[in-house]
Amino acid sequence: MDLIWDGMVQAAKLLLSLDPEVLRICSLTLRVSGLATLISVLVGVPLGLFLALTSFRGRGVIVGAVNTGMGLPPVVVGLWVSILLWRYGPLGFLGIMYTPAAMVIAQSVIALPLVTGFTMAGIQQLNPKLRLQLMGLGASRMQVLGVLLWEARLSVLAAVIAGFGGVISEVGASNMVGGNILGQTRVLTTATMMEVSKGNFGLATALGLILLAISYTITQVLTIIQQRGSRRD
Amino acid sequence: MKGSTIVGGNRRRSGWHLDRRGRRALPGVSSGPRRAAAPRSGWALLALCLTAAIVALSLCGAGATPTNRNVILATTTSTQDSGLLDVLIPIFEKETGYLVKTIAVGTGQALAMAERGEADVVLCHAPSAELEVVRKGAVINRQLVMHNDFIIVGPSDDPAHIKGIKNAAEAFKRIAEAKVAFISRGDESGTHKKEKEIWKKAGITPGGKWYQECGLGMGQTLSIASEKRGYTLTDRGTYLALKKNLDLTILVEGEASLLNIYHVMQVNPEKFGKVNADGAKAFVEFMISPRTQAIIGEFGVDKFGAPLFFPDAGKDEAALGK
Repeated sequence: MDLIWDGMVQAAKLLLSLDPEVLRICSLTLRVSGLATLISVLVGVPLGLFLALTSFRGRGVIVGAVNTGMGLPPVVVGLWVSILLWRYGPLGFLGIMYTPAAMVIAQSVIALPLVTGFTMAGIQQLNPKLRLQLMGLGASRMQVLGVLLWEARLSVLAAVIAGFGGVISEVGASNMVGGNILGQTRVLTTATMMEVSKGNFGLATALGLILLAISYTITQVLTIIQQRGSRRD
Repeated sequence: MKGSTIVGGNRRRSGWHLDRRGRRALPGVSSGPRRAAAPRSGWALLALCLTAAIVALSLCGAGATPTNRNVILATTTSTQDSGLLDVLIPIFEKETGYLVKTIAVGTGQALAMAERGEADVVLCHAPSAELEVVRKGAVINRQLVMHNDFIIVGPSDDPAHIKGIKNAAEAFKRIAEAKVAFISRGDESGTHKKEKEIWKKAGITPGGKWYQECGLGMGQTLSIASEKRGYTLTDRGTYLALKKNLDLTILVEGEASLLNIYHVMQVNPEKFGKVNADGAKAFVEFMISPRTQAIIGEFGVDKFGAPLFFPDAGKDEAALGK
């Protein structure tokens, strides 16, 4: 128990003293996971809509793949992305292995199925007559999609929360493609893991608490938006 | 669809619509004449978003530093966990202007990265495996840097009675006979390779419930050994650095074959054209320079009362420990 107390004290000290290293790690964590969530939303929401509203041969296979992907192990993603991005890999010419860009790619892959799956489920839950009614009222296709998304906004926000929560908390992929390099690719999860293996349990607890605080704050903001959207009057 | 926001008419407020209570509601639904059917608009949207995603990614990649300044150092967890690299790397970066990307992994992975040209320079501690990679031509300019030693640690009550034995293989034999928990790294690291070497010398193929492979770094392996009241083989540096959290004592030490010898080597630029040869060469030279060697020799003295590593640049490897 004293370790947890230690960690809380140390976390408060690190934050109050505005420790430059910790601030840099926090800011990188937010930028990488935020950008990855954004990318996964930009791709995943339309993809979820598409899968929810169409029927074609092989759709079931794709939906199954998306649902499996919601539990995609980060280390597996990390390995694939590494293989692609290594110097002598197919995308090695980009030269982005061990950079934040590589971490954004890996995290986007992890978040994409979560966002797609939640969006798809949310849209499918709507009354199918809504779509027909909208079309009957003369709405264009884009307008129909807009209204459907609005009506499924609780699920879409749940999708964003799940995607963000999935990537800000993962360590395997970030460690593999980022390399946990001081000042370059060290984020809160990889720093925590390293401090544990260094035996600095107090500092590791502190970093973990900071991560939780950041994650809670952002999720809380999203939740407030979500719950406001659910108020029916 | 309760509280639907779709209201016909009201064209004066084009784009925005009022619901029953007069609140502004969702934009985008107009009841104007239906646009020409756009059956592909879903795909167009998807394509647009994909493009946006790619643009966002490439913007983020553009911030990366030029590759020729980067030196990828594949090294073992022990050099990072002991804190030695935190002291040395900033000095190297300041002196040369290179940016070191330290990838701290097991020796197995570090050497595998070298063999595939995915690192520029390697610092690790498995001489026979290293020589194999040298023989394959994947690395060149291999230089002796430093050593510390391996020790066998375990619970202070020592259920297998190995305390004070000078011969590591003999100690391993007794642990196997007593079937007391032994935690193995199990990750092809330099420490694991050394451990397998000792088992081989003892003529034992370890297995069974008492022999536990954890596949983790040295620090976590020590924690597990401490929690499970088991034995393990560790490098002295990591043990000293973590001692305060562990319920383990040194039981066997001092045999010449227990030396843990570190070499630095650069990945062969003739074999792998993408390697940063100049940066790698600079790092090798830095590691064996007299100033760095002096820093290595003093590292840890203030904190642990004893150095964690002994500088050896320029010495004969065969003469170490004698």
